[in-house]
Amino acid sequence: MPFWLEIVINVTFSYIASVGFALTINVPHRALNLSGISGAVGWMAYWLCFRAGMGRMLSNLLGAFLIGILGLCFARIKKCPVTVFNIPALVPLVPGMPAYQAVRALVIGNYTQGQELILRVAIVTGAIGIGFLLSTMCTEAFYKLKRRHLRKIQLYIQRKK
Amino acid sequence: MSDKKDAQFYQEILDICLTAGRLMIEGGSEMYRVEDTMLRIARNAGVEDTRVFATPTCVFMSLDGGDLSQMKQIRDRNINLELVDRVNQLSRLFAAKKIDITELRERIIQVAKAPSFPMWLQIIGAAVLSATLMVLFMDNYDWVDFPGAAIVGAVGFWAYCEFKKYTKVRFLSELIAAMVMGLLAVILNYLDPAVIIDHILIGALMTLVPGLALTNALRDLFMGDLLSGIVRMCEATLSALALGAGVGLILKFMGA
Repeated sequence: MPFWLEIVINVTFSYIASVGFALTINVPHRALNLSGISGAVGWMAYWLCFRAGMGRMLSNLLGAFLIGILGLCFARIKKCPVTVFNIPALVPLVPGMPAYQAVRALVIGNYTQGQELILRVAIVTGAIGIGFLLSTMCTEAFYKLKRRHLRKIQLYIQRKK
Repeated sequence: MSDKKDAQFYQEILDICLTAGRLMIEGGSEMYRVEDTMLRIARNAGVEDTRVFATPTCVFMSLDGGDLSQMKQIRDRNINLELVDRVNQLSRLFAAKKIDITELRERIIQVAKAPSFPMWLQIIGAAVLSATLMVLFMDNYDWVDFPGAAIVGAVGFWAYCEFKKYTKVRFLSELIAAMVMGLLAVILNYLDPAVIIDHILIGALMTLVPGLALTNALRDLFMGDLLSGIVRMCEATLSALALGAGVGLILKFMGA
């Protein structure tokens, strides 16, 4: 399969998956499309980084970081809470699969695999959480800087007059 | 709190704030947002010095001016972002003085009856979600399992919603939904041996899987809401146990 086709499939499928999950958790209508877009962006960031060999933790962190920043921007545009965009967008990244697989491995009696998977869940969850924290910090810093500079420019204009 | 009208006013504010908090927690909001919204509503109504403490199972609020302190229990928690959004909007309107306190009260009571997407649309969403995520996760683009994952995901989600009506125990409905999914996957594999059970289940279970609950729990922990973070983590662990146990039991019995 050529590389461009893989990219097309990944973009469309992650968009559709995010919107599908948004339907099951009853996201407001005006947020459906944007949550799908931020889901696609987050998954693409994760996928490309993972293919570039950056490791699971860093790729998840980057994906969550982008989703967080997009969510905060969209929330300002649409005047919705941030969660409305973040929860559906995170679905492709979130470590639900290893969590279930770990329990299944334990039920079947495969203890070593179970331990490995539990560790993976912990690492991926931590990475996503840290990515979110970083994104909140960055946007707050950005808006603070913007406000300060706006005030400076306004002062400058007043002085000129 | 000398005259009677004052007491009534404070009681009304407590009612409104507690209902708002309960709705937001039932909708799956973060704790700091719940506390923030409740404090904002009280402040915009003109009450100073309010205290709020929210956990996923209970909200407490006390107003200093009225010597009042009340709590509200929260029984069922799931994710319904429409509730969070509506309460947030009402709080914004109230802060902008576009609605007064009686109207806020009426509209907040109506939020609980907010329309949700129809059931068939939700089931289609679940089907689409499980099929596409299966392809994304497996990374080898097997189109054989594509329809299988869609069917199993849709039926499993439907079973989960149906059983949720009969039992209050969430663990049970998740266990049964996982068993239904496992059974269906085994049957599909029996009908067409080219189908891989593991791939189908990985896609189909994404509708119920507790990954989001885990991430939300971690975010609550990071924000300093230690209690609610731990409670949510317990919830996520329980539902992972239910799903894994359901599928594992079926696979063990069927010998697949």
